[in-house]
Amino acid sequence: MCESCGCAGVSHKSHVHGESGRLSVAVFSDILRHNNDQAAHNREHFTEHGVLALNLMSSPGSGKTSLLEATIDALGDVFRIGVIEGDLATENDARRIRAKGVPAVQITTGQACHLDAEMVHEALHQLDLASLDLLFIENVGNLVCPASFDLGQHANVALLSVTEGDDKPAKYPVLFRAADLILLSKSDLLEFIDDFSPIRAEQHIRALANPAKIFPVSARRPESLAPWLQWLRARWDAQRNGAPRAADTTAALPAK
Amino acid sequence: MHELALCQELIAEVTRIAAAHDAVGASRILVMLGPLSGVEAPLLKRAFLVARVGTVAEEATLEIEQQPLSVRCTVCGAKSEVTPTNLLCRTCGAWQVEILEGDALLLKSVELFLDTAAEDHPVEQKAAAETTSAQLGNG
Repeated sequence: MCESCGCAGVSHKSHVHGESGRLSVAVFSDILRHNNDQAAHNREHFTEHGVLALNLMSSPGSGKTSLLEATIDALGDVFRIGVIEGDLATENDARRIRAKGVPAVQITTGQACHLDAEMVHEALHQLDLASLDLLFIENVGNLVCPASFDLGQHANVALLSVTEGDDKPAKYPVLFRAADLILLSKSDLLEFIDDFSPIRAEQHIRALANPAKIFPVSARRPESLAPWLQWLRARWDAQRNGAPRAADTTAALPAK
Repeated sequence: MHELALCQELIAEVTRIAAAHDAVGASRILVMLGPLSGVEAPLLKRAFLVARVGTVAEEATLEIEQQPLSVRCTVCGAKSEVTPTNLLCRTCGAWQVEILEGDALLLKSVELFLDTAAEDHPVEQKAAAETTSAQLGNG
């Protein structure tokens, strides 16, 4: 409500009250409007090109890059995959992905703790979206800041490694509430770790009112990836069927 | 850490609004924050002190209005005031709830200083400001 006249403000509309050299302007716009506009623009690009874009978020060291490597091994013949890697420094992760024969753009953020829509847009200039089906954006390892910045992705995937503690969703509610899928990574270690309970992890996630599916996965056990790969295929199908490309709509599943 | 990036976005928006109204500076910025916004009010205030230096908001105060967090249960229909780590329905305990409010990250209003020349012609200034404000609203 505008404090000068008591009127109700309307989103994205300003109005003014001139009083002795001062103006009170009611604004009601999202502080992240600039980022959100850029993200919407990125999303349009992805959708137009029939690319499913996924934002991977987790703590550092929870296995995002290893999961991507294993996913490329499993689906590299089915989908044309591209990766944007976000890290404070080094080209290491992009190198690991390129070694799998997949295009990867490394964004080094310096001291910035998250990717934003503009950084992703810049990285897109180095990727040929027309030759991709799936784009993974590996966010900076951080459970706080990435949650606030829309990148233009179609879905958020959060990793929670079983070495971290099953109460991480309660400690970082904003990020885990925003996740459309949660992967309990390094699940091959569950038999050695007696204080991580997948059931408790799920309870914490449901307490955030998040209905997301939760799959235990291990990059070292390819068979454990089946539900994740199936989710990717279903998500890609839904994306492609919901938004057909102008050209090249013939194949249900593209050949590499 | 992202509070500084947010302050820079906030000040960029305030700078645009100030320019649209031919203002020389901002005196008061009012922001509404919800508990699910992922932004902490004390950190935002501290970051603002750094981010405002050398901008139109250099003299401005940042005021933060906390938005309550409430949900409506899709199972029993009850409305509950909840906390960020426990959004469960307080009536029936279901997790199938929708957020009614609590994720705001809004710039609500800005108070601007007009330049001294404008004070002699408050009527014209107001009309000009309304024109630019309408343009801003369309943009």
